[in-house]
Amino acid sequence: MDNGRVKKGINFVNLVDIGDPAAIAAEYERQGADELVFLDITATNQKRQTMKEVVESVSRRVFMPLTVGGGIKSVAQMQLLLKAGADKISLNTAAVVEPQLITKGAQKFGRQCIVVAIDVKKNSATGQYMVFTSGGQHGTGLDALDWAEQAVSLGAGELLVTSMDKDGTKSGFDTELYRELTERVDVPIIASGGAGKLNDFTAVFCKGKVDGALAASVFHYGELTISGVKDTLKKAGVNVR
Amino acid sequence: MLTIIDYDAGNTYNVKKAFDFLGVKTRLTADPAEILASRGLILPGVGAFAPAMQTLRTRGLDTVIKKAVMQKTPLLGICLGMQLLFESSSEYGEHKGLGLIPGKVIALPRKKGYKVPQMGWNENELIQKNSVFSFVAQQYTYFVHSFYADCDNKYIVSRVDYSVPVPAIVQNKNVYGLQFHPEKSGNVGIKILQTFVKEIIYNDNSGN
Repeated sequence: MDNGRVKKGINFVNLVDIGDPAAIAAEYERQGADELVFLDITATNQKRQTMKEVVESVSRRVFMPLTVGGGIKSVAQMQLLLKAGADKISLNTAAVVEPQLITKGAQKFGRQCIVVAIDVKKNSATGQYMVFTSGGQHGTGLDALDWAEQAVSLGAGELLVTSMDKDGTKSGFDTELYRELTERVDVPIIASGGAGKLNDFTAVFCKGKVDGALAASVFHYGELTISGVKDTLKKAGVNVR
Repeated sequence: MLTIIDYDAGNTYNVKKAFDFLGVKTRLTADPAEILASRGLILPGVGAFAPAMQTLRTRGLDTVIKKAVMQKTPLLGICLGMQLLFESSSEYGEHKGLGLIPGKVIALPRKKGYKVPQMGWNENELIQKNSVFSFVAQQYTYFVHSFYADCDNKYIVSRVDYSVPVPAIVQNKNVYGLQFHPEKSGNVGIKILQTFVKEIIYNDNSGN
């Protein structure tokens, strides 16, 4: 999301406008999506108000779990978005800057409400997964697996982990990243970045052991349908709705 | 008029939006007279058992709800609101509930492969075949909870499997409860709320 519109990029840049969020959300519900995640990718204070309005309009006509994130820095902002209709709050940069924000949110709203989003880039020299913040622009020097573990111990009830290397490339999820993550933490992990073909979803559920997979481009552009993905997963023995 | 009982529960606005979507007028109130004059009551809820029960007591709503139920007003508890209908809960110590359905609320067991809280969609197994909610058979609804109701089978309309059988829809006469979030369960959830209004409040086909 950017300025109240749905947008999608490749490797976090070259954003293309996709359309009106409430209409897109309603269409995804019709197709059988299980959850929706709204991330305000260029959040500023002025746009925060836009996001609140978007959450309000989506939650009036779409009845599935909504996760909202982007630029949230305080418990008061969390409360505002939850009241507008969000079910879960996603923290990314602010959680790295102020890890106690995870704990404060979890204590006030419950762990199930606090999602920590982690944007990960693999260091090609060392093979280490590293955490990036500020929409992927800032390298933190944090190890992604260590940060995931810390976020959970601070109160995160779910992790939304995006592979920046895979984002928008449609070359498959980074199943190795998710396999390592699911061995380290025991909260639900949502994989994001790289969905291109039906088998990519099977791989990330079966080999990556994730609890959910997020896809944007392939659905936004109608290249895959949600029901097509679910049928493929069912045939592979993955328990889906 | 359908009343949503106002005790600052987390999901109140989303429950209200679901009824708005259905074109069902609701009133959000903590006023005893308005609650007692209602055709139907909704008890929403997200959060922990003890503080929720405390808020109900502070506002005198526990006795008002019990009185309304004695007047045969249909009552629907949602998520924590459903758990409050039982006799007690062991969430952070032992706490008394409203006692409108026999049974107690206990923690989901810790078992490998089953993350707690249960967060996500789970498939309903229908137990009471002649319930107005029989359409939930094999349908998925959305759960977020760490505790569940341990009660006699005769109060269970449908259940889901989460390492133990978890009551999903419960009923004791005019008192109904949903462990899942109908306001977050897509079409099935909306149909459950619609059925509660059409079949139970305005038709009384509940069989009791």
